[in-house]
Amino acid sequence: MHFVVCIKQVPATTSVQIDPKTGTLKREGVESIINPFDEYAIEEGIRLKERLGGKTTVITMGPPQAEQALREALSRGCDDAILLTDKAFAGADTWATAYTLSCAIKMLPDPFDLIICGKQASDGDTAQVGPSLAEMLDIPHVAYVRKISEIRPGYIKVERMLEDGVDVLEMSLPALITVVKEINTPRLPSLKGVLAARKKQILHWNKETIKAEEDKIGLTGSPTQVKKIFYPPPREAGERISGSTPKEIAEKLVKKLSEIGLLR
Amino acid sequence: MSRIEIIINKCTGCGVCIKSCPYGAITLVDSPHTLESGRTVKQVAVIDLNKCTYCGACVEACRYKAILLQKEEVYYDFKDYKNIWIYAEQRRSEIAPVVFELIAKGKELAEKLNCKVCSVLLGNKIKSLANELIYYGSDVVYVVDDPVLEEFLDEPYAEVLAWLIKEEKPEILLMGATNIGRSFASRVAAKVRTGLTADCTGLDVDLETRNLLQTRPAFGGNIMATILTPKHRPQMATVRHKVFKALPKDTTRRGEIIEKHFDFSKVKIRTKFLEFIKDTTAKVNLAEADIIVSGGRGLGGPEGFKLLEELADLLGGAVGASRAAVDAGWIPYSHQVGQTGRTVAPKLYIACGISGQIQHLVGMSSSEVIVAINKDPEAPMMKIATYSIEGDLYEIVPEIIKAVKAYKGIN
Repeated sequence: MHFVVCIKQVPATTSVQIDPKTGTLKREGVESIINPFDEYAIEEGIRLKERLGGKTTVITMGPPQAEQALREALSRGCDDAILLTDKAFAGADTWATAYTLSCAIKMLPDPFDLIICGKQASDGDTAQVGPSLAEMLDIPHVAYVRKISEIRPGYIKVERMLEDGVDVLEMSLPALITVVKEINTPRLPSLKGVLAARKKQILHWNKETIKAEEDKIGLTGSPTQVKKIFYPPPREAGERISGSTPKEIAEKLVKKLSEIGLLR
Repeated sequence: MSRIEIIINKCTGCGVCIKSCPYGAITLVDSPHTLESGRTVKQVAVIDLNKCTYCGACVEACRYKAILLQKEEVYYDFKDYKNIWIYAEQRRSEIAPVVFELIAKGKELAEKLNCKVCSVLLGNKIKSLANELIYYGSDVVYVVDDPVLEEFLDEPYAEVLAWLIKEEKPEILLMGATNIGRSFASRVAAKVRTGLTADCTGLDVDLETRNLLQTRPAFGGNIMATILTPKHRPQMATVRHKVFKALPKDTTRRGEIIEKHFDFSKVKIRTKFLEFIKDTTAKVNLAEADIIVSGGRGLGGPEGFKLLEELADLLGGAVGASRAAVDAGWIPYSHQVGQTGRTVAPKLYIACGISGQIQHLVGMSSSEVIVAINKDPEAPMMKIATYSIEGDLYEIVPEIIKAVKAYKGIN
């Protein structure tokens, strides 16, 4: 079977700064990592291949330095890696990103069985690209998958995590899932893996390679636009409750909470 | 304009495309012709352009590549787009509480835009819920009641909602940022080729452009962004729960209920629901709880959660946890609050032994009142708390339990 994992390279920290002059995010000097949620997608893609045979292809869209994320995925055991990189892809929102990925996946020489994405990226936090990609490829999807209970050619059974429990669902393949961290524990790359990954070729595809329509990629192809970014207003500092004994402190607190109507 | 045509010398008249067309726009007519291969066939497919939506289903179905589709991006005249829609998410006939909050916010925006707020109710045997949506402020409720919609599945739900959008042309569509809402909305937005903004915490409108100003946290809550969808309609957003306040239920409110029927026979449904397993470890749904008593590394072990559970039970609340406590195996993941767990916004959040890493804070900092109990007065949680208590939680919490019991008159 052929598994495709879609990943994103993100800043290693979420504490990014806004450039006061331009009002945009300062990206220079911030270390990049594989989106933490995508680590589970990579691991699942590798485990499935190891169990069922076949291969795992990893894809990302990003600047040339995103090759580093793909190299790491290769070192863990992915077989092929494709970097979608083109100046015209820059500034894509979730719609344009999903469209770009869909064009690339349609160009894969081998038909795929299952696409695996992390549930969301740690920078944008949208959780939108996976399901949108499924729609654009006209395949079914299940988001927030915590377990693949059964898989064979043409069939998959999964558990979808919801706020109050779990749905058990089945789909025909090809299909797409987005996974949550419960699904597995990602492995670290082995030395052998790292050495093997160094020798592997990472394909670079641009907008011509994937036959993308110009008006659906990058900033111009994005239906949403960022109007402004700003820091959230800080929460006001509160009140310190103190007393000579824990009993006194607890009673003061309960009195305050009851006064504002929180204890009924 | 989009264009579609049959390439006659490739069409064998096999008729596969007829079955694939969701809109019944294709017929076969007698028209003997010769194929590229030299073979002569009797019939050819004809597309009725009055019925065709250029969806491309036939292009995919045709084995002979005999249908040519050129899609052109059309920016609709926005004048056709009116009203604010709220997706009335329901499961097993229970409407998600966020829906009522969105109706209230929708109503406020509708007054500014001088339009109606409409709810969209999809499901099986759910008609009776429509009045409920009116009592909470909807002017109109669109209902699609069909056995196919018994359980939530992304495919049929997305098909029917995308169809309704094309039929009725709403200007704005709001959905709850629940697991279902975020997955479903993404599929719908991809289908109708419009912008979707995730997990909004602020909404307003620009009266001149009628653009929805969608404000949301990014980078784990470190940055806020205001997003527009200037060139596409409807403007879609998923919205975090408990950000807006529902209107009080008013059974004298009147509204219009419009039943719509969708033909599911042509829709591909490749997902099947098997069963739902309820999470029985949580007595109160964490995301919906008004009061949450939460524990972190400072508990020192799983037994601490017994104490927190006692307080939570007493207050009618739920038990939450930081990632550190979950990773230590003291409590199941379903209790985790924060970036990799649930986002909560209760009226009261009591953080016991939680230092307050940013990843935790983003999941709970919109709580109305925060109480922090920590040995370390410099812990970030202590600095954002409404009430902070420096001390040993194992000394303080039992006293709080006693004081609450005394207040409530329980022995």
